[in-house]
Amino acid sequence: MKTKVLMAILAVVIAGLIAVPWIASYFYVFIFTEILILGLFAASFNLIFGYTGMLSFGHAAFFGIGAYATALVLIHLEWPFLVCLLVSMGASALLALMIGFLSVRLNEVYFAMLTLAFGMMVFAIAYQWRSVTNGSDGLAGFTLGSFGLGLDLTLANPSVYYHVVLGIVAIAAIVLYLICRSSFGMILKAIRQNPERVSFAGLNVRTYRLVAFVIAGTFAGLAGGLIAPFLRVASPELLHWSMSAEPILMAILGGTGFFLGPFIGSAAFVLLETWITTYTESWMLVLGIILALMVIFFRKGLLGTAIDWWMEVKK
Amino acid sequence: MSNPVLTITNLTKRFGGVTAVSDINLEVMPRETLAIIGPNGAGKTTFYNMVSGRMHPTEGKIMLDGRDITGLPPHKISRLGVSRSFQINNIFPEMTVQENVEVVLSAYHGHSRKLFNIASRNTSIQQEAVEFLKRLGIDSLKAQRAEVISYGDKRLLEIAMVLATQPKLVLLDEPTAGMTPDETRRTTRLIKKLADSGDYTFMITEHDMDVVFNLADRILVMHRGEKLFAGTPEEVKNHPEVRVAYLGEEDDEAVEEANP
Ligand SMILES: Nc1ncnc2c1ncn2[C@@H]1O[C@H](COP(=O)(O)OP(=O)(O)O)[C@@H](O)[C@H]1O
Ligand SMILES: [Mg+2]
Repeated sequence: MKTKVLMAILAVVIAGLIAVPWIASYFYVFIFTEILILGLFAASFNLIFGYTGMLSFGHAAFFGIGAYATALVLIHLEWPFLVCLLVSMGASALLALMIGFLSVRLNEVYFAMLTLAFGMMVFAIAYQWRSVTNGSDGLAGFTLGSFGLGLDLTLANPSVYYHVVLGIVAIAAIVLYLICRSSFGMILKAIRQNPERVSFAGLNVRTYRLVAFVIAGTFAGLAGGLIAPFLRVASPELLHWSMSAEPILMAILGGTGFFLGPFIGSAAFVLLETWITTYTESWMLVLGIILALMVIFFRKGLLGTAIDWWMEVKK
Repeated sequence: MSNPVLTITNLTKRFGGVTAVSDINLEVMPRETLAIIGPNGAGKTTFYNMVSGRMHPTEGKIMLDGRDITGLPPHKISRLGVSRSFQINNIFPEMTVQENVEVVLSAYHGHSRKLFNIASRNTSIQQEAVEFLKRLGIDSLKAQRAEVISYGDKRLLEIAMVLATQPKLVLLDEPTAGMTPDETRRTTRLIKKLADSGDYTFMITEHDMDVVFNLADRILVMHRGEKLFAGTPEEVKNHPEVRVAYLGEEDDEAVEEANP
């Protein structure tokens, strides 16, 4: 019964998402494209944060390098978009392997600081390596020719790109979800709750943390590959440490204990930002208040709180 | 005579100026139950920490089944067949009781590397987990969140997790500490049954002398890091120095309780 209701809600949400270009204005097509991309970014982050218990302050490095990789391939090689995304994932996986190798051996605040430091280094490189990255202006002026698999793709119509993003984010979310439900995912949850017990059960916790870190980085890179054509630019802001804060805020806002929490958080974040900035300049103040309230009163986030409330009502 | 499971030579651990474990030599034979007794601070937990890889020995050697395991990390020592419980409960609080055992089992069977199976549909592991819970008499709690079960049941759950890796050597660190007298009796009976099954080699540290004399084939008495004596329960009971050290300590405690 419960699962049936949940499946029904999910089906309605998916149908609604598919229908967005037909029922909403172009403005909201853009908004929902952003929600999906940032939702994937936040969900990838939550694999290491909500599941494994690693608070990284450098997740934007993988998002940003994914964006740069796609932009570079589009500019210099004009490969199909699907290939660009694979390059983005490969580049971010490699970067995550390097940063993760050096970081996962540390715990808690030291891990957080080290990921922040690496994130800043990557930002500095993108900012200063002008010949490749075009410095503070970033890389722009690329176009999409084809999607791959024989399909055409254009940025002229935002609905088309929205549907591409929806399809890719849906597939990526399913893969991430399966990982969370697997035995490997169960071990990640166990590591968050008690890493010592896991190592005394015969597993090298550091290896598991590294694998989780690389998977998270890879999917962040995919999200980055999607954001570059959407913004039509890959710029250093995507790598800035403040960009690393966004998935943290989104995950907490939506609920770190639920797979879909970060997507809900992304939706809440982007929609609130859009609505609030039309009324007032102080979006950061409002966001700060909302986050403080969430952390103090609704630790489980929007989704967790809604589910708790629903369970109460059902009783 | 078979070969020892564990051979300890000159094992020493110093923390700065404190010598927590001092020059211990010991052999543990297959399927025996060896108790380590000694007052608080005697070095029992530190001894376990070295054998299980949680701490590096300052000096000495640890051989498991003829293989040098000195200074290996915990996960490797666990893989080689040493499994331990902790003096303070060490479980996965937000998982169910059954999932706690499933985590250990999927680590042991190598399922933990599977990215795309569905953990909640792994019936063979689930059945095996329930088997281990049955052995400890807590299978009726399998669906409860581990953090809500009683203190004594948590300690039993941890023993179930310790046994789930099919260890050659089981180290239990004060398994009945903090239990009610009833829980202590129940736990002692369970451990006795497991030991009598002949499937396990146990080392047990314990404060409760009744428990020790009930369970142990052999007793190692530690005092300030040193091996004071090792022998059968009968020998330990009649050993004058041990009586002094032990009864002396207990008298001190009694005096302290009388004059806080
Ligand atoms: N991590 C540590 N750092 C410093 N001293 C320690 C540490 N662990 C134990 N000790 C000291 O080693 C001695 C033995 O402690 P322990 O092994 O816990 O004894 P027991 O388990 O027999 O009560 C004590 O004096 C204790 O203070
Ligand atoms: Mg102790």
